[in-house]
Order: sequence, then C-alpha cells, then structure tokens
Amino acid sequence: MDIHEYQAKEILSNFGVAVPPGALAYSPEQAAYRARELGGSKWIVKAQVHAGGRGKVGGVKLCESDDEIQEACEGLFGRKLVTHQTGPEGKGIYRIYVESAVPIEREIYLGLVLDRTSQRVMIVASSEGGMEIEDISQKRPDSIVRSTVEPAVGLQDFQAREIAFKLGIAPSMTARMVGTLQGCYRAFTDLDATMVEINPLVITGDDRILALDAKMSFDDNALFRHPQVSELRDKSQEDPRESRAADRGLSYVGLEGNIGCIVNGAGLAMATMDTIKLAGGEPANFLDIGGGATPERVAKAFRLVLSDDSVQAVLVNIFAGINRCDWVAEGVVAALKEIDIDIPVIVRLAGTNVEEGQKILARSGLPIIRANNLMEAAERAVEAWRNDGEQSSQARSEK
Amino acid sequence: MSILLDRDSRVVVQGITGKMARFHTREMIDYGTRVVAGVVPGKRGDEVEGVPVFDTMKDAVEQSGARASLVFVPPPFAADAIMEAADAGIRYCVCITDGIPAQDMIRVKRYMRRYPKENRMVLTGPNCAGTISPGKAMLGIMPAHIYEQGPVGIIGRSGTLGYEAAAQLKELGIGVSTSIGIGGDPINGSSFKDMLVRFEEDDETEIIAMIGEIGGPQEAEAAEYIREHVSKPVVAYVAGLTAPKGKTMGHAGAIISAFGESASEKVEILTAAGVSVADHPASIGSTIARVMGKAAA
Repeated sequence: MDIHEYQAKEILSNFGVAVPPGALAYSPEQAAYRARELGGSKWIVKAQVHAGGRGKVGGVKLCESDDEIQEACEGLFGRKLVTHQTGPEGKGIYRIYVESAVPIEREIYLGLVLDRTSQRVMIVASSEGGMEIEDISQKRPDSIVRSTVEPAVGLQDFQAREIAFKLGIAPSMTARMVGTLQGCYRAFTDLDATMVEINPLVITGDDRILALDAKMSFDDNALFRHPQVSELRDKSQEDPRESRAADRGLSYVGLEGNIGCIVNGAGLAMATMDTIKLAGGEPANFLDIGGGATPERVAKAFRLVLSDDSVQAVLVNIFAGINRCDWVAEGVVAALKEIDIDIPVIVRLAGTNVEEGQKILARSGLPIIRANNLMEAAERAVEAWRNDGEQSSQARSEK
Repeated sequence: MSILLDRDSRVVVQGITGKMARFHTREMIDYGTRVVAGVVPGKRGDEVEGVPVFDTMKDAVEQSGARASLVFVPPPFAADAIMEAADAGIRYCVCITDGIPAQDMIRVKRYMRRYPKENRMVLTGPNCAGTISPGKAMLGIMPAHIYEQGPVGIIGRSGTLGYEAAAQLKELGIGVSTSIGIGGDPINGSSFKDMLVRFEEDDETEIIAMIGEIGGPQEAEAAEYIREHVSKPVVAYVAGLTAPKGKTMGHAGAIISAFGESASEKVEILTAAGVSVADHPASIGSTIARVMGKAAA
C-alpha cells in the first residue's frame, strides 16, 4: 500500500527525521490560508498523488504570494496528473501540500528497501540526490552507497556513520545524519514498510538535514497489525477496478487488451495471459480467484471482469486440484445463468473429474465454448473474439 | 531415497485443527504419508483423523519422533510456528500459509541461522503447494493423482502452474522424482538454487524443470549456478511475459521492480546459461520430453 508525501513526512518526523514546515489543503483558499499560517515569503505547492515525477509535469510549484498560491492550486485541484509513473490515465489531485521553501545547499538520495538478494533491509544512498535512482545507477553508479542491516540487532551507528562519510557529509553534521538514518530504519521496521524513499534529502545553508520529499510503501500482509497505517489508504489514487477486487478478496490487475481472464492461482493466471498473447490476442486483465474457485468467487470474478467495457470475450481457466472440476463447472454454470452475458465465454477445466465437469458444461445449454488444454483455450478465445467483433461490426453496417 | 522426503518421513502438522489442515491431513494419510502428530497450542489430547494433537512442537517431536512438519497456521502466527519447528529439531518444514508479513520472514531466516549448518532446518515456502515425491510421500496440498513416479525434478514458485506442468508430463507418460514448491513470496525459505543443489545430487532425478515467474533475483541466481555447477539438463518456463512493470501479480513476490526481473530478461539469462526454456506454458511438458529424448540419444 502506498501513502501520500505529507503522510510519509508526518510518520518520519515522529521517528526523528526533520522535515520542512508544511500543511495540507483541500481548496485553493485553504492553501493560501495555510501559507499565511506557515509564514515566510516563499512556499512550495505540491500536488499529492501516489506517484513520483510530479515536478517534471507541473505538479510542484514555487509561489511567492497569496495570489500565486491560489492560481497554482486552481490549476491543480481536480486535475489528473500524468507522470511517467502513473500510466496514461494519470492520478487525480484532491489534496495539496503547502510547504515553506528552504535554502538548499546539497541534495542526497536516500532509500530503504527489502532487498530480495540478501533477504534483508538495505539502505541505498547517493550524493546525487534529486535524480531518480534508476538514472543515478546509470549515470553515476559509483556514487551509490549500499548497506544491509542485520535483522537481529538492527541498524548500527557505525553503519550509519559509514554512509554519512561516504556521502561526504561534514563531520559536524554526522550525528544528525545518523539520527536521520536511524529514524528511517525504525519507521521501516516498526511499521512494516517495504520502501522508504527520501529524494532529495537536503542539507540547508544553515546546516539542517531535511526530507524535502518522502515516499513510503507498506507490506499489505502486515496491515492487520498497523490500523493507523491502514487508515491512510486513499482509494482515489487506486485503479477503481483493483480497489473493488481487493475489497472482495480477489487479486486483479487491469490491462489494455480485450480478452478477460478468470484463473485460479497467480502463476497460472500470468501463464494464461501469456498464452492469449501468443495466440494473437491481448489479455484485458490479470485475475487470480485463489485456490478455492468456489461458485461465489467465480460469480464475483465474472462481474468484475465484465465491468471493464473493453472486454469482448472471457477465458476461464481453472486447474481443479483439491476442488473437483464438476463442482467448479457447476459454479461457472450458476454464475452464467445469474449474470446476463452477451459475449463469448471460453472455459478450460483441468484436474480432478474433468470429464464430469465437461459434461455439466455441455448439458447446461449455455453457449460455452469448451477447450481441452491451455493453448486450445487461448486460440478459441482469440478466434471467438475476432468472429464476435466482425459480427457486431457487420450488424452495425447492416443497420 | 528421494530428496527431502521419504516413505519413512514422520510428519507433524502445525495448525492441524483448522478446516483446510484437517482435509489435507486426511489426503496425506491416504497417500501413504506418515502423519504422526499435530500441534495446536491448548489442544493437547485432541485427535484429528486419528492423529494425536500436542500443545508444543517439542512435545510432538519428543513423543512422535517427527522430523518433518507442515505449517497451516494463519499468517499472523505462522512465523512463530516455523521458528518453533526449527527449535524442536524438525529437519524439513513446508509452510503453506499465504500472507505472512515479509519482515516476519526476515526474522525467521535469521533465527534459522542460529543452528549450525548440519542441524539447520530446511524450509520451503511460505505461500506454496508443498512437496511431493510420487509413490513415497506428500507434504502439501497438491492433487496427488497428477504426479507419476519418474525422473523429472520440478521446482516452482506457483502452485496451479506447477500442477499444469505435472499434468502435461503425465499426459506424455513422464513421471516426477520430487516436485517442490518454493512459493510466491518475496522472502522465502529456499531458492531455486538451494533446490538445484539437491536435485543435482539426487540419483533419482535425471532432468530438472524450473517454473519461474516475474519479480526477484532467484531465477538469475539459479542461472549462474546452473552454468557452473549443474551437469543435469535443465528446462525452464517463466510466467509473466505480458505482466506490466510495478504491479503485484497475485503473489506478493511477483512484481517487476528492478532490472533483470521481467520474464523476458529472465528467459534471456536462463537461455544464456544453457537452460532450455519453454516458450509458452502449454509446451512445458513437450520441452521436457524433447530434452529427455536428446539426453537419451
């Protein structure tokens, strides 16, 4: 789960990481009022969306008066911000963070991640802050400092000092840098984060170390023990179909194609998408309905997949291991009778009692296209989608 | 003797009183697995499918002589259960539970290292379907009837995709020596490489099949190991060629977040290491058959 910049800053400051003074606004007027409360004469107005790269597309603006703040905010509120991380549909701006501008001397990159190679928390830092880490690793790989943390004892001060010295931080400020690193590590482990990124971490003209931007992501599997983190979820930043699926206990990812997929198991679901592509089609979604494949889940899955208007055929691929195919087939038939579907449905069943399952599908009288294996299922789905597309365009031209 | 499991392996089921655990305990017993104990704190004296239940893993191991365990404990308590198994002297543990926090697994892995290598428990999973040595024993939730006994060692991250591969092999009349699920989580007990080491040494395995997917470094790590140390032929399939970057695809660990983590990059890395990669999931079985034919000739 991702959170907003202002939320990450609030969390990090509770762990001793210094941040510039700032306040949240839900309207241009409120933003101007917040700026007056903060005082000073220069402010940064920042669109709060769950994506990086905001600065390059006008999501972050320097303002020097009330009018400028109002104007900047009016141009942002309600708009969709499209950055290289949001996808073409962008993310809606409903909250703006107003922050006092600070005099920047140096910019540093600081990230904490779950490193899957060492299977530990890794700190990644670079003296080349402000650039994205992907760019830093291409242009200045030698500037990157990495340090993994021994989970039994946590981050040690000497490790934090080593990082500070490698970044060339002045000796007078080492202790402050150690405090920042320790604060980030504690926030990461205490709250079950999967990522903390401060880019840039800045050193100001008056020797402060401040998190100028902040991003945090959390382990969905650990949210049960952090209700205060779960509360920060902002559904306006999620793909509505993905949120709906998550609320129903299904794992769904929307894609660009038009053949909907309903599969049990994540690996098989990806493999099914790949096979559709190989057969000349494009998958409309990833959907894992879990091992169970109960009739209720199958029905839910159909509703979810059909809520995408671009879906022109649905491929159901279930490997019934523990659940028998006859039972899964009954579920598919029940779901199809309940929901009115006017596009081709291709069903491939495999595993226990597959013959029984096929018979149930055949006997149902529903126009289900059956397939015996994965490749055949994908080919039939692509074929059905093409034929269906032609028929409907013919129907249109006849009108 | 197959790897990790045998006819004589004595098994304890952790969390045995749950609905799913009960069902699979029955299935395992019917398959011939020697399920000798169950553990649920506070349920000492109960019986499940004729198997006695104990409060602690130490009691269960002492009284039943179990050396293998299967964990069905719910996610908030699963890490604790795995560590209890390691401490009680269990040598091989399979964790089925899906949804364990990643930092709990980091702690589990650190905890397991406190035992010297010769006494250290081997863990596969979490978030996997388990391990089966056809004709011998099953420690997991897979449909046993799709596995025939034979020479192919299977290592896979995904449950149902692993079934798909086993079913394709059965259709071609090819059997399996042992099939191991390493699970779909970002922090897992054993990697592809860890299991390749065992299959390379296993007399009953002639060819190894790796079923990978997007996300993480373990397929690339395996490729490097295969190039240097594996003499047996290796076949692979990597799921997720059509998966977008930065999205979690069902499995917590199936997300492309770094260079080398996409399916096409993994295919390239594995191919360069001499692995025969099946170009689509429906051809996993036939690719294995083709490589076996070549090896025999």
